[in-house]
Amino acid sequence: MTQQDAAPGSGTHDGGQGDGPVPALRVEGLSRHFGSLKAVEDVSFKVRPGSRHAVIGPNGAGKSTLFALTAGALRATAGRVWLHGDDVTSLTEHARARRGLVRTFQHSSLFLRATARENVLLAVQRRHGVQAQPWRAVTRRSALVREADEVLDRLLLSHRSGQLAGALSHGERRQLEVAVALAAAPSVLLLDEPAAGMSPADTHAFQEIVLGLPPELTVLLVEHDLDLVFGVADHVTVLHLGRHLLTGLPAEVRASDEVQHAYLGAEDTSALFFEEQE
Amino acid sequence: MSTDAGLRSRGRRLPLRTAVLVAVVTVLLLLVPWVFGAFTVMTFTRALVFAVLAMSVNLLTGVAGMPTLGQAAYFGVGAYTGALVGIHWSELGVVQLALATLAGVVAAVLTGPLAIRGRGVAFLMITLAIGEIGYTAAGRLDSVTGGTDGMSGIPPVVVTPGGSGLVNEGLIYYYVLVVAAVSYAAVAVLLRSPFGLTLRGLRDNESRLRSVGYRTDSYALAAYVYAGGLAALAGSLWASSQRFVAPGDLGFEISALALLAVIVGGVGSMWGACLGALLVVFTRDYLGQQLSGHAPLLLGILFVLTVYLLPQGVAGGRAQWRRLFPKDHGGDPGTVTPT
Repeated sequence: MTQQDAAPGSGTHDGGQGDGPVPALRVEGLSRHFGSLKAVEDVSFKVRPGSRHAVIGPNGAGKSTLFALTAGALRATAGRVWLHGDDVTSLTEHARARRGLVRTFQHSSLFLRATARENVLLAVQRRHGVQAQPWRAVTRRSALVREADEVLDRLLLSHRSGQLAGALSHGERRQLEVAVALAAAPSVLLLDEPAAGMSPADTHAFQEIVLGLPPELTVLLVEHDLDLVFGVADHVTVLHLGRHLLTGLPAEVRASDEVQHAYLGAEDTSALFFEEQE
Repeated sequence: MSTDAGLRSRGRRLPLRTAVLVAVVTVLLLLVPWVFGAFTVMTFTRALVFAVLAMSVNLLTGVAGMPTLGQAAYFGVGAYTGALVGIHWSELGVVQLALATLAGVVAAVLTGPLAIRGRGVAFLMITLAIGEIGYTAAGRLDSVTGGTDGMSGIPPVVVTPGGSGLVNEGLIYYYVLVVAAVSYAAVAVLLRSPFGLTLRGLRDNESRLRSVGYRTDSYALAAYVYAGGLAALAGSLWASSQRFVAPGDLGFEISALALLAVIVGGVGSMWGACLGALLVVFTRDYLGQQLSGHAPLLLGILFVLTVYLLPQGVAGGRAQWRRLFPKDHGGDPGTVTPT
């Protein structure tokens, strides 16, 4: 199948995004099969630059697989991924990260025996290209430390900077998770269920953090918590049984019969967000 | 509210206390040849050489999270290189150390890519194989290593050009002490550097490191090469101090003892590894000598006692020491950074 690089409006699942700038992120015909299981099958959508784009779907819809394919943690069976018009399908996860496609993890994935500041520093020093430098103490490279502290400050973690990551609360770890990714200076930030296991208060605080992210940063969010999704997202893509169901504005998604049917058909009633809407 | 690790911030440890401790240890180490007899001084020399090897093992095992049983191979590469350079080319210590380290680095660059294909137990098994190959090769390559007879006739090491060789145990001890101290300083600097943080990140969470753009295999290899060079440096010291190298010096037992020293000392802590090396060598060569032939038994007891009483090793934080001696005044918990 031939692909047209960065041709706006070429996708069939365009969801009304129409003509516009080169998408920050675009997936086309993305599939991943595990044996006979088609976890993700022929999924295509675009994410506009600066968008807050959410991917939702009932349990087993293939959200996590799609996320891993996009980040490069999994190889796609078929399909392509473009970052700012460049085909990154063949790139590994770390190479995509260097190009600005940086992910977080659903289950906090931190450096637990390092302090919060050191967690962030790891991303900062990589970006400055000094990660292999075997001399000069980290503590004395004040420019790096200042930068790390700024990121911690933005994530409301400055008071915890000297603590070991392993000593932080669950909510704080979720924040640090985002801080580490942000410190890698992404142009597209992939958030994998950032509110997983958060209390409602934590989720609300986290929503403020996402809303406070720089407007030029593109955010793709895979999330269960629909309050958070509709609180921050300007575009929503719905997956169902590994397939793309719909991409559209939050209001369109809420109103869609198809989406309603997909969720009502799901066995997990906790996924029924329509009850919460009333 | 728990204050554990609350004060834990690297580089902010009481600098005065550290300075005093370093000064005291330095003075004690300098006094060794003046206080003890020849046998004890030689045991100290072996312990110092072993401490450098233990630091190499600890850099991989404790810092980068890659437990290894193959460092004796690079130790052997350094020992034979140092010996060959000494016999055929230069009796100058600096030349021997430099070429031995270089040989260790080359050996690690060649074998490292194989080893770092695995992590954890897989890495351990590959390094074990590398160690065994090194041991076997040393015994078979008669023309280079002298085979199982070993390599003798290594001339005394010379420190300055035109100087006389070091034959006195005390002087050899000082030579080894200076090189070991410089190695310790180099490793200490590395641990506080960005690269040191990278290695700890590799240990803690490799996939996360990848996700922020690190080509993690490169850093695993870099750690392997650095550790290989350090082990070879220790090997050169071994050749200079013993003036005899045999395959037994790079056998499995040496790798295992180095790992034991690291565990006894406290995984991840460099001064712990050095202290562990001292304990292991003195248990084996000194106490073992007193209780003729029971060195392996004593080492076993040492290991069991450590794992049972101080599971994090001698350097593993004060909490476990306080558990041993509960009447101790309860100071600030957990402020010792085990690095």
